[in-house]
Amino acid sequence: MEWVRFIIGSLCILCGLVIALIAAFGLFRFRYAMNRMHAAAMTDTLGILMVLLGLIVLRGFCFDSLKLGLIILFFWFASPVSSHLLAGMEVEISDRLKDNCEIEETERKGGRT
Amino acid sequence: MSRIRKDYEQSFAHRFLVFVKGDKPLPEEDHLEEWKTRIAEVKETEQTADANYIELKEPDPYEEARHYAQSSGVRVFRRVYYVLAFLMCLMIIGMLIMNVAYMPLFGSEDSPTNNEVAERYLEKGSEETGVVNTVTGMILQYRAFDTFGETNVLFVAACSVMILLFLRTEPENAGPKKPRRRRKKASGTMTGHEFSLLYGTSEDNLSKQETDGAPSCVWPQSVAQEELEPEPDVILQNVARVVVPMIFLFGLYILLNGHLSPGGGFSGGAVIGAGLILYNAAFGFRATRRFFDEKIYDIIKVGSLCLYALIIAYYLFTGANGIDSAVPLGKLGNILSSGLILPINLLVGLEVACTMYAFYALFRRGTF
Repeated sequence: MEWVRFIIGSLCILCGLVIALIAAFGLFRFRYAMNRMHAAAMTDTLGILMVLLGLIVLRGFCFDSLKLGLIILFFWFASPVSSHLLAGMEVEISDRLKDNCEIEETERKGGRT
Repeated sequence: MSRIRKDYEQSFAHRFLVFVKGDKPLPEEDHLEEWKTRIAEVKETEQTADANYIELKEPDPYEEARHYAQSSGVRVFRRVYYVLAFLMCLMIIGMLIMNVAYMPLFGSEDSPTNNEVAERYLEKGSEETGVVNTVTGMILQYRAFDTFGETNVLFVAACSVMILLFLRTEPENAGPKKPRRRRKKASGTMTGHEFSLLYGTSEDNLSKQETDGAPSCVWPQSVAQEELEPEPDVILQNVARVVVPMIFLFGLYILLNGHLSPGGGFSGGAVIGAGLILYNAAFGFRATRRFFDEKIYDIIKVGSLCLYALIIAYYLFTGANGIDSAVPLGKLGNILSSGLILPINLLVGLEVACTMYAFYALFRRGTF
């Protein structure tokens, strides 16, 4: 039982590390800010989820795991919102938005697309 | 510097580097013509720009100086300078590495950091200060004067920023406030057109103020404040409604548990300040000013620092005269224990939170 838990936990952590590595790679590899942000946001959500899940599995069911779960919850709240705000800023100030992505011309409501 | 080998571009290292950086590959044979025409176009535009520029060009008073920078003596000097700088860096690195070799091993018994001071802190710390978290006991009891200086540094930093950024321009009339102008185009940032509009209104304000006898060189703050506020974001607002109370609660937890668990005034204050900043970013200055305006900021900041100074004075007085502190230490591990450390933590936390929020608010728009 102990071994199974260890294997599952370490697999989760390894998975998270690989995701973080891919994200770091993408952060340098992509040329455009939106694409880079997509890569960076992946670490903040999926990478952290996998690493902390692995830690929770390793730790077992106790108060520390609850704290880790709260950290996951907080990250899942905070990271997409900050990405959203950054993307909104990019949409508003970028000169070469049209070169890099397709834009549907819709009627703007409240300024933000 | 080593020269680049001729077959470098075919090597694996170069291709890998190009791949990682995401650069476009070098022009192939069939794209060569296209590239040539593009380069020619760019050159042509540059030349026409140059030609236009020359027409406008005036005699350059610094031409002699520029010529001097290209002369041989300066070039030789530059080369010598590079070589000397390199040697200097090598020397400093060597000296530092030699120093490292003489340092005691990490955690060794006879390292000079393991002296009677650290021993005393560890052995008698919780007994003398009534604190479980020895670090808090150290910085707020044994070295309270030091920490007081640090808090003063925060206060002085915020004060200097206020001196630099507070351009109080319009006399605050007691009359009814102007209704908020509707924004013409709702967007987070200013476009050039908006800026020119804004500048125009600001000039109107300027002329009005000049006739009133106010100082002439001012930034019209009310216009700038209201116009530059970005439109609040719905997603951010809804998330902030959930997250901000949690952040405040967590910050208070850190503050009040500073003597029992890792944490204390500085970290807890930073968390509360971050919560304030998030609230402000989500709901704008209008909402924040309902409970945290300049007056409250002044009261909290100066009041907490003065109270802290009083507590430090009490410590110094009792310590210098050999009197035991009248505040009981309480039971070890209780939340209401360890004498005056809990109030000091609270005061430091308030100070830090105020400073963080003040920096944010001042740098964002110059006032609260």
